[in-house]
Order: sequence, then structure tokens, then C-alpha cells
Amino acid sequence: MPKVSMTVNSKAVSRDVDPRTLLVQFLREELRLTGTHVGCDTSQCGCCVVHVNGAAIKSCTALALSLDGADVTTIEGLAHEGVLHPMQEAFRENHGLQCGFCTPGMIMSAVDIVNRKGSDLDEATIRHELEGNICRCTGYHNIVKAIADGAQKMGATAHAAAAE
Amino acid sequence: MYAFTYHRPDTARKAANLIGKVEDAKFLAGGMTLLPTMKQRLAAPAGLIDLTTVEELRGVEMKGRNLVIGAMTRHFDVANSALVKEKIPALADLAGMIGDPAVRHRGTIGGSVANNDPAADYPSACLALGATIITNKRKLPADEFFTGLFETALEEGELVTKISFPVPNRAAYEKFRNPASRYAIVGVFVAKKGKEVRVAVTGAGANGVFRAAKYEAALTARFHPKGLDGLTPFPAEGLNSDIHADAEYRAHLITVMTRRAVSKALGK
Repeated sequence: MPKVSMTVNSKAVSRDVDPRTLLVQFLREELRLTGTHVGCDTSQCGCCVVHVNGAAIKSCTALALSLDGADVTTIEGLAHEGVLHPMQEAFRENHGLQCGFCTPGMIMSAVDIVNRKGSDLDEATIRHELEGNICRCTGYHNIVKAIADGAQKMGATAHAAAAE
Repeated sequence: MYAFTYHRPDTARKAANLIGKVEDAKFLAGGMTLLPTMKQRLAAPAGLIDLTTVEELRGVEMKGRNLVIGAMTRHFDVANSALVKEKIPALADLAGMIGDPAVRHRGTIGGSVANNDPAADYPSACLALGATIITNKRKLPADEFFTGLFETALEEGELVTKISFPVPNRAAYEKFRNPASRYAIVGVFVAKKGKEVRVAVTGAGANGVFRAAKYEAALTARFHPKGLDGLTPFPAEGLNSDIHADAEYRAHLITVMTRRAVSKALGK
């Protein structure tokens, strides 16, 4: 079996894999990082969103082997030393979830939106950018609020870090 | 997904060699169509030639008066390219309307064009802009490239390497999207270069992307949404009917989207 090596949440990992292995299977079944979910398995729902080389992708629709050498961040890689990432904190505070199944993907997409669009996000932008993530319980309202709040928090954190 | 052998060449030449050697192999570009199709077992290639690391297939540049885009350039990069936005903003606009952000980070222009999905966006831009599809073997005008549903003039093992777009005077794309899949129920790309106006329609044709000759003539005479006034309704014959929209509705949308695209191209 061919070997795949990548960096996942800042750790170098390497495994022999069946070429059919999808990135999401590699993360969940090989690395036991089960925070990345499989919802629709057809690249519609966004539960499986992770960052690859800094860009959000649907990990159910990429071969692990295609991403040999890539830098991958999953939901497990956001919190640092027991402190939630500002976007995770915003989802908690704004009750941006009900069952929580879509939440890892929502948060990874949300962080990607902020990385691309900055921290001042209006509602229309958030709703438009979130069209690749489906939630079946919240009606999105609190998710949109959480992302706007999380974006502000990320901006403030970046600002504080720059001032140090 | 059925088992396959995996190959990852780093040049287009090696990729082309491999496809000749590996039995029943397919090129893998962004995988946004091929991988879901393989998961459903609707496609079962025995080998995949992954183009991920073929750097020469990526990038945007001006060559003479043409905007040339590498086949492995991702939708996100076309949508955000300063050069594309300057030369053919309608093309950047179109790329930004494909799928969702995560899909745009993976999907490629070459993959879209080679697949020729009847509801894909790029084929309409290629037809309306009079693009040339450049392969490892030859150059094909878009008018000869798209031959039917998921069918192109590509031969077995032929690799799309670049797409060359003549820069138009004005152009715009308007799309009526399926809200779930975000594919075009009807998408219309309008381009004006000199006196010639070309109108290409995707999502509607039972045989894939096509040019609307009558609308081209009318808009060549008067490039204005009102240029379509007084024409007989767009015929529903030869258009798709499915659960999303019937042929009559699609015909109606073609007129609406064409008018909107012309308005947009005029900056209105």
C-alpha cells in the first residue's frame, strides 16, 4: 500500500493506506480524530470541513493520497491548552448548535470565512459564505450570530497578539 | 468505491505517458465530480492519475490578447485572480458562483471543462467567449469541443492543459441556481467582442451547453436588454425537463437570464 505523510494539527503523521482512503477516513479511522464528521458523504453538507494548507475543503471528497505533504487542521486543532478557539467560544456563548453534528464543519468553515474576509462580517455575507454547510436543527440563526461574534473575537485576539 | 492504482506524476508529459500505460485509467483533477461518481460506483477506473502536483498546469497569465488559465487552476483562484478580474471580470464572477467555498477550493477549470456536465458553469463561458481548449495534443475551439452530455471532443488519454480566452469588450454571466446543488438550472453567459455578440446557455439544453443563435443576432443588432423585445418566446424543444424545472420554465429562464446578463454587462 502506498504511504501518505502529512502534518495534522501541527503533528507529522505517516501511514500506509489503501488508495481509496478519503481524507475524512484517514482522519477518523487512522488517526482517531473523530471530531470531523461524515454527514452526507456527497460534498453537500459540510460536516467534514477541515483546512488543508489554510483553505477549507470537504474531507469526504478528497483522497488522502492527493494531500500527501499537506498541512491539515481539524476541529481538534483549534483549541490550545484547554482554551477554546474564539470561534468555538462564540458558538458556545451564542448557542450556535443544537445536536452538534454539523458544528465541527460549521466552525471550520467559519474560521475560513474570517481568514478570507476579515472579522467585520455582516449577516448577508455570513449566510452566503455558509451555503456549503447544512444544519438540520437550528434554523441557522444562532449559527450566524455566533460567527459574527466569533469573527469579532478573532479580530480582537489577532489585534492583542499583534500589540504584544 | 472500487479499488484502483494511484499515480501522482509531477509533469504533464509524465501524466500523459502514464495514462497510456496504466490500463483503464482516468485523470483526477479537483475530484469534485469524479470522486462522488466513484463512490456511487458509477465510475470505476482501474487507475487514477492525480494531477495535484503538476505545477505547470496551474496559473493565470496574459498571452498576447488572450487570458490563459491553466487547467488545474482552482475556482477559488480564478475568482480571486487580480488579472482575471481586470481582463474578464465576468469569468471571475462565474468562478465565484460555482458550488460553495470549500468546493471552489478544490474544483478546477480543466476538470469542469473536460467533464462537460450539462449544468456546469465554465462551458458556457468557453462557448460565449470563443475560448480555445488547449490539450497536450492540439488546440480545439470551444465550438467544436463540447459535443453532448458529458461528451467532449477529447480523445482517449488526451489531457486539457490550458484554456485560452480572448478578452471581450463586455461580458457577464447570470445564473438561476438550484438552491441545493448550486448547479445552474439555467445559466447564460453573454459576451460582446467588437460587433459580435455570443450567448451561451448552460443547465437548460438536453444535449448540454449551446449557443442561442437568435438571441445572438438580436443582441448584435442592439446590445441592450430591450434588444430581445418582440422576439417570439424561446422554444422549449430540446430543453431539459426534470423535477427541478420543466422545459417551458427553463425556456422562460433563458430569456430572463439573458436580459439580466446583458444588463450586467452594460454595468446596469
